[in-house]
Amino acid sequence: MELVLDVPQIQALIESYTEKVDSLIESYVDRKELLISLLQDIQAEFNYLPRDALVKVAQKMDIPLSQVFSVATFFRAFTLKPRGRHLVTTCLGTACHVRGAQRILDKLERDHNLEPGGTTEDSRFTLETVNCLGCCAMGPVVVVDGKYESQVNPDKLDRILRTYK
Amino acid sequence: MVELLQKRLRSPSELESRRQSIVQKRDPNRLCITVCAGTGCRASGAEAVIEAFKDEIERREIQLDVELKETGCPGFCERGPLVVIRPKRIFYQRVKPEDIPEIISETVLNGTIIDRLLYVDPATNEKIVYEPDVPFYKKQTQNILGANSAIDPTQIDDYIAIGGYSALSKVLFHMSSEEVVAEIKRSGLRGRGGGGFPTGRKWESCLHAEGDVKYVICNADEGDPGSFQDRAILEGNPHSVVEGMIIGAYAIGSHQGYIYVRNEYPMAVRHARIAIEEAMDYGLLGKDILGSGFDFTVSISRGGGAFVCGESSALMASLEGKIGEPKAKYVHMSEKGLWDKPSLLNNVKTWANVPLIINKGAEWYSQIGTAGSKGTMIFALVGKINNTGLVEVPMGITLREMIYDIGGGIPGGKKFKAVQTGGPSGGCIPEQYLDTPVDFDELTKLGSMMGSGGMIVMDEDTCMVDVAKYFVNFLEGESCGKCVPCREGLHRMGEILSDITRGQAGMEDLDLLEDLAGTLRDGSLCALGTTAANPVLTTLRYFRDEYVAHIEQKRCPAGVCRELIQYSIDPEKCEGCLRCLRACPTEAVSGEKRKPHTIDQSKCIKCGACFDVCKFGAVIKR
Repeated sequence: MELVLDVPQIQALIESYTEKVDSLIESYVDRKELLISLLQDIQAEFNYLPRDALVKVAQKMDIPLSQVFSVATFFRAFTLKPRGRHLVTTCLGTACHVRGAQRILDKLERDHNLEPGGTTEDSRFTLETVNCLGCCAMGPVVVVDGKYESQVNPDKLDRILRTYK
Repeated sequence: MVELLQKRLRSPSELESRRQSIVQKRDPNRLCITVCAGTGCRASGAEAVIEAFKDEIERREIQLDVELKETGCPGFCERGPLVVIRPKRIFYQRVKPEDIPEIISETVLNGTIIDRLLYVDPATNEKIVYEPDVPFYKKQTQNILGANSAIDPTQIDDYIAIGGYSALSKVLFHMSSEEVVAEIKRSGLRGRGGGGFPTGRKWESCLHAEGDVKYVICNADEGDPGSFQDRAILEGNPHSVVEGMIIGAYAIGSHQGYIYVRNEYPMAVRHARIAIEEAMDYGLLGKDILGSGFDFTVSISRGGGAFVCGESSALMASLEGKIGEPKAKYVHMSEKGLWDKPSLLNNVKTWANVPLIINKGAEWYSQIGTAGSKGTMIFALVGKINNTGLVEVPMGITLREMIYDIGGGIPGGKKFKAVQTGGPSGGCIPEQYLDTPVDFDELTKLGSMMGSGGMIVMDEDTCMVDVAKYFVNFLEGESCGKCVPCREGLHRMGEILSDITRGQAGMEDLDLLEDLAGTLRDGSLCALGTTAANPVLTTLRYFRDEYVAHIEQKRCPAGVCRELIQYSIDPEKCEGCLRCLRACPTEAVSGEKRKPHTIDQSKCIKCGACFDVCKFGAVIKR
């Protein structure tokens, strides 16, 4: 099974951050139960879970790699693929759905060939969906790199995305 | 170090004198600007408003005697960013950074009301000046949420000033474990996470469970789409949850607690963390709490975003660092839960109710609500509703009061169709049941449930088959895949519903749906599966005609299902402005300037772009 996209630049980046991975793991030593938190920290650092980091976690924490992998693939929050420069998160909560969130996904697929979990060929955008951000008053909501955009329709989406290169 | 020692409270009397000294230092008549800094208001620009206030106050040459407070969410997200000027509680809504200099010079310095920032009651067109007079709040009983707008959640002193931790002090020094459990039992409190299990009974079985090591857990893995009340409490008043947990721990004899919170709620995580640190410094957590000899600590565990982890055994598996798969519950979690030790798991709202019950008494608490459901419930009122937000009401209020009196009805003069309660595995309730009192048992009778308190309003433009498909797809994605009925049943139901929305199903498929629903209900391992068919069953029960229209007439009455609708242009209304022509991604629209346009159906992909951009209402969807 393919764990990770093999992008040389990213590998180089990981190597330079080996120390970072080590120090992250260090703070969780002997706390096997905090595996999920550790993976969250690693993902926060690299934007995804690099294969090497998972192997390292398994070795250093003395957890079977299969278990690390199962956790890394079970939870929505984790991704094993590198992300693009900008993260577009579309809320698909019920309130956003009844206000037309699906049309935003249709638009992204049509214009950018982007499906949930996918990244554009030029690595400009990665699309993720979330089941509720809890700001239902503003739906449909799209978050780009942490910035909340309210009452988004396909036309507005165009204008928003244009500002991210 | 010295400072830490001074902070530490060693007895109930030290807590009380600390409270008095905090209150004495504060002038209740001092001007105080509170800005809601909850996630909802932040998303609509509260941070810029707060910055603008800071700049403006600093910029003034004369020093202003005014306090600026960032508070939690009072619930009225629709009108954010919200600003309240105390002590009078002048209420400004949809405030923008450019309004700030005027608010300072007019309202804060001169007491003049700025008309345009006031809330206008759409029912009467009357402008409302003071926060308590806003109809949205007036009908509510904000026993839990009320504190959110008065305190800064990152300041423990704010919580202590309003009587915080006095319930803990009472319990530690004046009540035995059994008395605490008895009090909770007498209050009639039922679990607010969805199940509605009597909280006191859960505590009791945990108290009597054998074992030296026991755990207390707060479930803040609010995964229901359209629910954000747990987040609002944890963000806005984290100490109330922590205090509830310490009381629970004392009652069952536990010394370690966990708050399991979604990582998608970064501010809730941060505020809970600050609250725990502050409580440690004050000697309200940790060793020898308030000098009572009782020890208890709380850790935070961040969830990985899996809906099924709201289920108790899945949540505990995840706490152990494993994937969140539920277990069959031959043995209750209260006897063998986390690491096979007795574990007391309650929802955020349940914990937040505990200090209230201890302080005001079970008798007071049980007077609120209905025969079987006591206290208040916090709902997230969302969807096609004028006043989106959090609503705290006594159990037993009718759906109609919630939707029309508090929620302000349906926007745009549209007709109400249904309200979906109980999260993804709840049900859709039609208009004829709007006068039903809302409590655990009444909602179950209607085929829905209370769940975590989500309430999604749908209007005539919502297709009920599409809604059922949405929930089934959601649950299919969130099913952990461990048991077959849930994993395969939901997948198959999704396929059938998809066929219906494409006009490719037969009437016999409706029987098949019902059959599958029964299998899911009877054969699934956990509540995700057993309740997953509710949205399908209730829409079939109350909106069968819509299913029939999709199947027999190949028509989507609400105009939602893409394969069954058609866009066309009304030549009478079309002004020939070329807007739709430019917006069309497939060049299906043709026409000349100032002449009516037409849509080539063979090219149309039904994206609705023309419908969105038309300013004359000339694009018809049917």
